[in-house]
Amino acid sequence: MAVCVETAAAELRDVYNSGKTRTYEWRVSQLKAMLKIAIHHEKELIEALNSDLGKHEHEAFLHEIAAVRSACRMALKQLHRWMKPEKVKTSMTTFPSSAEIVSEPFGVVLVISTWNYPILLSLEPVIAAISAGNAVVLKPSEVASATSSTMSKLLGQYMDVSAVKVVEGGIPETSALLEQKWDKIFYTGNSKVGRVVLAAAAKHLTPVILELGGKCPAIVDSDINLTVAARRIISGKWGCNSGQTCVSPDYMITTKDYAAKLVDALSSELERFYGKDPVNSKDMSKIINSRHFERLSKLLDEEKVSGKIVIGGQRDKANLKIAPTVILDAPEDSLIMNEEIFGPLLPIITVNNIKDGINLITSKEKPLAAYIFTNDKKLKEEFVQRVSAGGIGVNEVTLHLAEDTLPFGGVGESGMGSYHGKFSFDAFSHKKPVLYRGFNGEISARYPPYTPRKLKFLKAVLSGDIIGIIRALLGW
Amino acid sequence: MRDQSIPANKNKNCAFITKCSITKSGTISLSFFSASEMEDFLGLRRAFRAGKTRGIEWRMGQLRALLKLVAENEARFFEALEQDLGKHPVEAYRDEIGVIKKSADHALLNIKKWMAPKKGNLPLLLFPARAEVLPEPLGTVLIFGSWNFPISLTLDPLVGAISAGNTVVVKPSELAPACSSLICQTIPLYLDREAIRVVEGGSDVADKLLQQQWDKIFFTGSPRVGRIIMAAAAKHLTPVTLELGGKCPVILDSFTESDLKVVMKRIVGGKWGPCAGQACIGIDYLLVQQKQAPHLIESLKACIKKFYGDNVKSLQSICRIVNKNHFDRLCSLLEEPSVAASVVYGGSLDRENLVIEPTILLDPPVDSPIMTDEIFGPLLPIITLDKIEDSIDFINARPKPLALYAFTHNNKLKDQILQETSSGSVTFNDTMIQFICDSLPFGGVGQSGFGRYHGKYSFDTFSHEKAVLHRSFYLELEPRYPPWNDFKLEFIRLAYNFEYVGLLLLLLGLRRRYTSSRGH
Repeated sequence: MAVCVETAAAELRDVYNSGKTRTYEWRVSQLKAMLKIAIHHEKELIEALNSDLGKHEHEAFLHEIAAVRSACRMALKQLHRWMKPEKVKTSMTTFPSSAEIVSEPFGVVLVISTWNYPILLSLEPVIAAISAGNAVVLKPSEVASATSSTMSKLLGQYMDVSAVKVVEGGIPETSALLEQKWDKIFYTGNSKVGRVVLAAAAKHLTPVILELGGKCPAIVDSDINLTVAARRIISGKWGCNSGQTCVSPDYMITTKDYAAKLVDALSSELERFYGKDPVNSKDMSKIINSRHFERLSKLLDEEKVSGKIVIGGQRDKANLKIAPTVILDAPEDSLIMNEEIFGPLLPIITVNNIKDGINLITSKEKPLAAYIFTNDKKLKEEFVQRVSAGGIGVNEVTLHLAEDTLPFGGVGESGMGSYHGKFSFDAFSHKKPVLYRGFNGEISARYPPYTPRKLKFLKAVLSGDIIGIIRALLGW
Repeated sequence: MRDQSIPANKNKNCAFITKCSITKSGTISLSFFSASEMEDFLGLRRAFRAGKTRGIEWRMGQLRALLKLVAENEARFFEALEQDLGKHPVEAYRDEIGVIKKSADHALLNIKKWMAPKKGNLPLLLFPARAEVLPEPLGTVLIFGSWNFPISLTLDPLVGAISAGNTVVVKPSELAPACSSLICQTIPLYLDREAIRVVEGGSDVADKLLQQQWDKIFFTGSPRVGRIIMAAAAKHLTPVTLELGGKCPVILDSFTESDLKVVMKRIVGGKWGPCAGQACIGIDYLLVQQKQAPHLIESLKACIKKFYGDNVKSLQSICRIVNKNHFDRLCSLLEEPSVAASVVYGGSLDRENLVIEPTILLDPPVDSPIMTDEIFGPLLPIITLDKIEDSIDFINARPKPLALYAFTHNNKLKDQILQETSSGSVTFNDTMIQFICDSLPFGGVGQSGFGRYHGKYSFDTFSHEKAVLHRSFYLELEPRYPPWNDFKLEFIRLAYNFEYVGLLLLLLGLRRRYTSSRGH
């Protein structure tokens, strides 16, 4: 396998160096090909998602297929504009001159994807890499094996395989890929592997984007439209791959007085969404595999937690389903409060004063997203200013991802770099500044032999002090 | 054994890393504080968490204080630069003091604008909602300075870190000890000690610093050390900016005699002007058409003599080599017989004063170290080509440099250079000057690094751009929620295409619903 990877990387480099992927025409042809895959093979892709994740067709369409089509269409529409150099003003210090910033591809890039949104998180970065003119290798997650092989087959059929390759496999293949030199690496996954990717990239000084995760908190204030809030929380938690989503609310914070109301609201809305027997609901994804199922079971079975389940808790090991489960006041030192849950379990932590919630959040690692439900303007302002996270949602969860004018990415433990919309194109481009000078307006003060008069002149030029420049020129 | 905390430079606010123990016999042994004893780092984190550095008043106050520091200590900076590098005050102002002043002034003028949230445009579908991108500081950041521009490459990133609202640890390069010491002495006197600290020392101190967790690391230096920094940063998922170097080429097309005078000044000034060639964006080598070479060499010689003189013992207005290690490294580049034979001008060495005469080589072997390693010194190889367009392949066969320079009037060649080569930046018909253009990002690509700064890019490099979406509780979109049905799927399809008319018709029951097996 190591030989294959090396050969593939070398092939891509030759193709990239030929300049093929840099033309507008090539990029458009590839984006159109990708769009064809997302339109004509929708059924096949949805079936693969159902096979890997038990993802309902509607959720699969909403979160994966439609988003990929949207990304292709936006890139096709905007590419001309994105590719144009950006004219930039110059100042007195370099007068006379003109300048621009030219976007150029990095070269040959590696996209490592993950299993929870295996289509979206594979194809959206690949679309970004292609629109920026790079040659690309995609390594889909082996954990979502049906989608991995479906994507491999379809990309092999539709895309220019000399410049867009898929390498399937597990840890050995990923390690072999990371040994190679890439011009950029885009990784989506967990922070443990994120560190491995960054360390491997360090050997070649490769810049990296890491889309990681974290414990995304949601504060629920009192005096709000609790029904609407509950629905939004449920759709962002259990409606998103059964909570196996990097931006799902991981845990909630509310006041001791309000907790009962919140639990009631969640309980009744959950029943509306998933019925009385949610473990068997077809509208919720299953847990990806038995390893994660065991991991989540362990979180629930911990002695200090098991007695605090207030909603759900039912499990179906054979079908890898866990019912929407809410836990009230799990202790700070419990497992469930110390690792990213990534599943359909939702702890609610109660505090005396809702503001304590902000302190609790800022005492932990920076998450990929943080949410607050409130009508209190001051509380909202304080939350937005003080809580550092990849992104913030006010009275909403996860929706900020759908907005292409907002960059999507983490900070601290939740990652580095961002994408979506034009940020995707920028993520895979080197922004090269170009300065044009003529031969007029020579400033001899730049050159030796140095004199005090030259020093005066330089001081004036560097401060943009026109009077000073005139005085220096006149010898005053 | 008596323990005493004796700072290395008599200023009790710096160099807290080093603790001296005086034994019974009077000898002094040095040890380092352990991580838990580095109370000052925690103090920086506490100051950040308390919000001390976030307000615009604090940031502007610190920038003004930095300007005052530079203005009031200008003579001392000139002296330190003369001591460390033999840098002339004019060069020192142009490349160091003036750069800091310009950057801090620019930041003061623009910081309010930079700090303001950027509004995002939202589609009607999400009405009512508001989106914005809010820049926020990363937290506590670490800046490694370099020795060749020990003031500007240490303090210019500091301008960025402060304007973005971070707390900062600065580690100047130990290879420029007078400048390092001066920075260490002056910063605590002018800047907020609770938020900005200076740590002096060598690679052992750097290693200790790298074991701590930082919210960002900004490094200027060599690719070799860049790899070490990045590997250390990986353990904590710390984002880094690496400003490295490379072999910056100059493509020299043909010129009229009058243009040539200006071209010569810019090339000679761009090679030996910045720290005697010890500069990351300094010219490394020239590419020229073969028949131009003789005239080029004569013109270069004339200009060099005019700028610097021609006696290695009495060269004017040129820096010396930073230390014996680098001096010996540069000498070894000239040792190989085929390289030595290619020297056409200069080559005189003065080891005692660490001075190397401006030296020109004509066509040294392209696989010799002088053509494979970054020279970082006053040696200028000229490589001749059959035609100037061949320079593109020559450059592309080598790692991407931090800067590429091209002197030409030929627009077709300019386009070819822009489209077919890759470098941190490109400058046409001049050298070095892109460094002081604040509207252009300054940074590398490939082996020359990643990340960028200068102007607003400095602010951005030390900021996290946080996306914020505000929604109200009204106008709920039912089709978002399960239980799922075909109506909801159709709604979602139309919504993704922003087909508002279709949506309206659907809601009014006037649109036929498609079954889910039909895609569009």
